[in-house]
Amino acid sequence: MKTIRTVFMKEVIENFRDRRTLISALLMGPLFGPILFAFVINLSVKQSLDNAEEALDLPVIGAENAPNLMRYLESRNINITDGPESRQAAIDAVSVGEQDVVVVIPEDFGEDFSNMVSATVEVITDQANTQAERQTRRAAGALQAYSQEIAAMRLTIRGVSPTIMRPLNIDEVDVSTPSGRSAILLGMLSYFFIFALLTGGMNLAIDATAGERERGSLEPLLCLPVKRDHLIFGKIFAACLFMAISLSLSLTCFHFTLKFMPLQELGMTPNFGPLVVLLAFLLLVPFALVGASLMTLVASFTKSFKEAQTWVSVVLLAPTMPILIVSILMVRPSTELMFIPSLSQHLLLVGLIKNEPLNLLHVAVSVIGTLVIGGLLTWICARLYRREGLLG
Amino acid sequence: MIEVENLRKSFGDVKAVQGVSFTADDGKITGLLGPNGAGKSTTLRALYTVLKPDSGTAKIDGINVVEDSVAARSRIGTLPHGAGLYPHLTARENIAYYAKLYDMPADKIDGCVQTVIDQLDINDFADRKTKGFSQGQRTKVSLARSLVHGPQNIILDEPSNGLDVMATRSLRELIRQLKRDGKCVLFSSHVMQEVAALCDEIVIIAAGQVALHDTTEGIRKATGCEDLEEAFVRAIQMVEPE
Repeated sequence: MKTIRTVFMKEVIENFRDRRTLISALLMGPLFGPILFAFVINLSVKQSLDNAEEALDLPVIGAENAPNLMRYLESRNINITDGPESRQAAIDAVSVGEQDVVVVIPEDFGEDFSNMVSATVEVITDQANTQAERQTRRAAGALQAYSQEIAAMRLTIRGVSPTIMRPLNIDEVDVSTPSGRSAILLGMLSYFFIFALLTGGMNLAIDATAGERERGSLEPLLCLPVKRDHLIFGKIFAACLFMAISLSLSLTCFHFTLKFMPLQELGMTPNFGPLVVLLAFLLLVPFALVGASLMTLVASFTKSFKEAQTWVSVVLLAPTMPILIVSILMVRPSTELMFIPSLSQHLLLVGLIKNEPLNLLHVAVSVIGTLVIGGLLTWICARLYRREGLLG
Repeated sequence: MIEVENLRKSFGDVKAVQGVSFTADDGKITGLLGPNGAGKSTTLRALYTVLKPDSGTAKIDGINVVEDSVAARSRIGTLPHGAGLYPHLTARENIAYYAKLYDMPADKIDGCVQTVIDQLDINDFADRKTKGFSQGQRTKVSLARSLVHGPQNIILDEPSNGLDVMATRSLRELIRQLKRDGKCVLFSSHVMQEVAALCDEIVIIAAGQVALHDTTEGIRKATGCEDLEEAFVRAIQMVEPE
């Protein structure tokens, strides 16, 4: 125990003096997430607000054939502009992306309309162009609404109730809470936290193994009358401490920056108060043992600091895999998934942000499962440290 | 006292050490002399238990290095080849770190650290971070930290490598002082003159075997050469590679 503590203290002191470790643990990890997140949120808020409020400029060919329809569209905040000269020109303009959507009203529109034959209105658009999707939907929606209004009017004139046109009344009930909606976007957060945690200990994990070997300080260290297991435990625990510091800074940083993000305007009220920050820390911190031992393990195989850096950076990406797969498949949390480190932390954190009650069984399985896997990796590191080949 | 008997160690096909035996007594300086790649470092590494010998035994004060490696290590102070320091710690902290790992009583550490600092005359830079130290300064600090617990046996792997004349001189004086204190000093070198100037006994190793084990005079007689360098070359040639 004494040896572990001595090694732990020395690694902590030494790394607090190492600018590289400090920058990665106390600056990079904690700040990277909030800044990137604030940027993405602000951008998406701006875009969605712009789109909803702004008047839509809609090029129309043959606007003079349907003056009533044009007035109706203008009442729905759509500016009618002159379209291209011909239908063919409109198709060309849309296909090259010059125009997002063009409406064509044929010359016989008025005649068909007054004869109560279905009058054709063409909406020219490019389905592959995702940018145009919103405008198209708005234009088509407005036309549809006009069509229904006219239909209802015609039925009323004939003494028929317009409700006959709607045998079904479809009413969608959205049960998602504002916190729930925010969870989709805030699900990204768990990766930022895990990333911050890992970067916090990265430099130390490399320095304690590959770095020590490269400087030639490993061999004299192994000549000391101490168990090699204790040396490696001290180093791994020191890396865990830096990871925990980095994680807590990152969480605190988010707690404050989220207030300045216009999340309310997106209909989100993220649940990220001091209690959630504390709970999130407790849920995530067991992952530090997995991260520290995994990085130490990877660095033990490498010959130099540089080589170790390359491989350990891969470890930074590893925890994203389960999170990514689950986000795509939209998997619900289950007890089995709680055995997977990083994934279990992600799912629990999302639940926490959604303001869902914590499933204590899930928490227990996540914490114990993660610690067991971390312990196993630490044990493998200790085994590796007993090898002769360690000195390279 | 260090006893080595019929030590063998191979790395794959390379037979680094092929049956080395010798004894280094207390109160004597024993030099392990041999050309590059003769197996000096491998022998020493087996002694300070970083490498496990394939066969044969090595004992430190009667303790087998394989069977009880922690106890054996506690009886030696080691300066491995090219030993490095922690750049962000001061010289004093580097030494104190080792003192703690040697499990010295907490209240004695500061005193013992100061004693070796005085002994090696490194007060001038004892409280500076070791980043940017010269080779001589680094060697002195490395040596200080391996002597901090007052070990009975001292194993030095090419300690004078990269040292200037003044530093080499003070190193020699230190080794003589250790001898006067009744310690067992074993060091390796590939420079005959250095070994001759310092050692009571010389073990010449070539191709992983002991070519000669004698005093300087004894080696002169055995090889029939007055000139030490000539004697060294002759001794090496006595060994037939297996």
